[in-house]
Amino acid sequence: MPDVSGTKRITDVGPHDYHDFLHPVIKNNYGKWKYHEILSPAHMVHVSETGDKIYSVRVGSPRLVSGSFIRDLCDLADKYSGGYLRFTTRNNVEFLLDKEENIEPLMNDIKKLNLPLGGIGNVVANIVHTQGWIHCHTAASDASGVTKALMDDLYEYYTDAKLPAKVRIAFACCLNMCGAVHCSDIAVLGIHRRPPKLLPDKIMNLCEIPSTIASCPTNAIRPDTYNGKPSVKIIEEACVFCGNCFTVCSGMPLSDPLNDGVSIWVGGKVSNARTKPSFSKLAVPYLENDPPRWPKVVEAVKTILDAYKNGAEKGERVGEWIERIGWPKFFNITGFKFTKYHIDDFRLGEATMNYSAQVRQ
Amino acid sequence: MSKKHQTPLLDELKKGKWPSFVTEIERAAEKSEMTDDLLGQVEQSYKEKMGHWKHGGMVGVKGYGGGIVGRFSDLPEKYPGVKEFHTVRINQPSGFFYTSDILRKIVDVGDKHASSLYNFHGSTGDIQILGVKTSELETIFQQLVSFGFDLGGSGSALRTPSCCVGMARCEFANYDAMNMCYNITQAFQDEMHRPIFNYKFKFKFSGCGNDCTASIARADLSVIGTWKDNIRIDQDMVKEYAKKINLHKYVTGKCPTKCMSYDETGLKIDDSNCSKCMHCINVMPKALRPGVKGGVTILLGSKAPMVSGPRLSMVLVPFYDVAEDAKNGYQWFKDLIGKIWEFWDEYGVSRERVGELIQRVGIGNFLEAIGLEPLPEMVSSPRGNPFVLYEEYVEADGEKN
Repeated sequence: MPDVSGTKRITDVGPHDYHDFLHPVIKNNYGKWKYHEILSPAHMVHVSETGDKIYSVRVGSPRLVSGSFIRDLCDLADKYSGGYLRFTTRNNVEFLLDKEENIEPLMNDIKKLNLPLGGIGNVVANIVHTQGWIHCHTAASDASGVTKALMDDLYEYYTDAKLPAKVRIAFACCLNMCGAVHCSDIAVLGIHRRPPKLLPDKIMNLCEIPSTIASCPTNAIRPDTYNGKPSVKIIEEACVFCGNCFTVCSGMPLSDPLNDGVSIWVGGKVSNARTKPSFSKLAVPYLENDPPRWPKVVEAVKTILDAYKNGAEKGERVGEWIERIGWPKFFNITGFKFTKYHIDDFRLGEATMNYSAQVRQ
Repeated sequence: MSKKHQTPLLDELKKGKWPSFVTEIERAAEKSEMTDDLLGQVEQSYKEKMGHWKHGGMVGVKGYGGGIVGRFSDLPEKYPGVKEFHTVRINQPSGFFYTSDILRKIVDVGDKHASSLYNFHGSTGDIQILGVKTSELETIFQQLVSFGFDLGGSGSALRTPSCCVGMARCEFANYDAMNMCYNITQAFQDEMHRPIFNYKFKFKFSGCGNDCTASIARADLSVIGTWKDNIRIDQDMVKEYAKKINLHKYVTGKCPTKCMSYDETGLKIDDSNCSKCMHCINVMPKALRPGVKGGVTILLGSKAPMVSGPRLSMVLVPFYDVAEDAKNGYQWFKDLIGKIWEFWDEYGVSRERVGELIQRVGIGNFLEAIGLEPLPEMVSSPRGNPFVLYEEYVEADGEKN
């Protein structure tokens, strides 16, 4: 930490007041919006009780961007939207325009930058994802690479609204789930499959033994000694490869190129519309890491998406479609094998069994 | 620009229609020498199928215990540019609104003093400047605060709260999510910058049940807009929609409480049975609007899998009159948070999120401790098993002799 004694420092100013960044039309119509209309998968209009209108033009971004990318956006905003723009919770960019006539030239300029226009309505929304090998020490897979490979393949589902409802795909590169992918229509989750290696010298020098033992959700870490000093051992058959111990203790790495990979989960949602929010459920327990383009992951996601597109009713989210047709049929249509790994044996597992004679024959 | 490292695997990811992060890293490398080595290290990760970042490492700025995520390469000799490659989390403005002027100021700082790589935005909501050396942290921090941008949260602290677009550009917003997010973030700066909690704590503010911030899945404290009165209906517009879509099948038929019906006289809603799910309003935004008596449902406890599995948030306060409390600086809400944090502080263990604590001690005990009455809105059904911990029994007169 640099020596800052004698310098005048400012701290604790908190986030910048958002009022300074609001388009004048938004300022004037704050809380007065009456309705919106989706004009294309890439733009919509919000109409106020005052009659004012604001147009939003949506553009996909890879989330990990350069300063030059941001300056490109700024130049477009200056040219067409009075300098006003925002980001969405799914890493899209939205230009906010009060002049309808600016929409087309803005879209043309966006196309010149080879950026995707879309993301509104019944589309595959931009994939929210984590850092992966670009920037994380617990990653079991790369986030940006899988995301890029998927979005290249699903590009037309982002730019054109041709699905029964919106499909939210998320990627997290380990069970820490910085992207909280556990309630997504389709989630791709990086997983380890081999218990952590024990590096006794590191454990001895860098780890607090009680908190390392306490970090394990299945009590698989037990006290032990190494050269007479406190250490830990692992009951391998109890390990669920969550990596929580590694977060607490750097002497227990569990990255392993031969065994790391991803799992695929389906049918979760956060929206309360119609059905309650729900977790994504396991569809594919393991696919190996296959950089640079993870073709098997792309294929599995496409399989789910195609089955959903062909089978779902208008307005049905992936989870609602599966609930309607039943899980046996989902596995049948997709060809994914149902295994013992699909049956939950953790904390809420008991609640997921079928306690009825209602079985589709 | 001549590339320092050959990256045949990453080059594959420059192909395809979706904008490429590899291209973005290369563009950043034009501005910052250190970024070339990132390409080299990530290419090696692609070859070996594993990451090359060391475990953690404490770095920060004076007076703060969070906001910077330390990151060190485990191959510093081979890739000296990423020997230190920390992340600076910057608290985003409510609703992710910006002007081009302010965005340029932010990237001026990152382009000059870091790798010229950014996340817009991190999963929790922060803007992230990637690739910062320890020696540059204070400069970056002071430049950011000079134009009113502070660090976000990290570690066992209040994490950067975030909110949806709210009343700024959405007719579904039932309360001023952006204002509440801003107010609460400012009120709890100390809890954000100086980690004193058992583990992380997240707030997310969504304007309606569509929950664009995914608060119900990933905020310890989820604030979701709702309303108390009747859905506003424009019957003429309903008829317009009826020309285009089968309302029986796609609107009234999908209503989870079957509280609505449609015939030639128009759409009728039994609002007392409406669970504010937003479906009908989503389908017919020009015909239906939430009521005018807006407020929020407060839910508690969601989180990702660490440590005892994923959770969704559960109802804690079915309806909170946020507009009324806003006049008082959200004091009732802040007091409630204070009570929750006090209980968590007293009884929680290390790395135990508040939802896990409640699971461990029992929801009834938790409600008693924070002074909330049990309500039927909190459960999907009352219990089905008879193992009840009755706390009292009566004794016959003179039983104890």
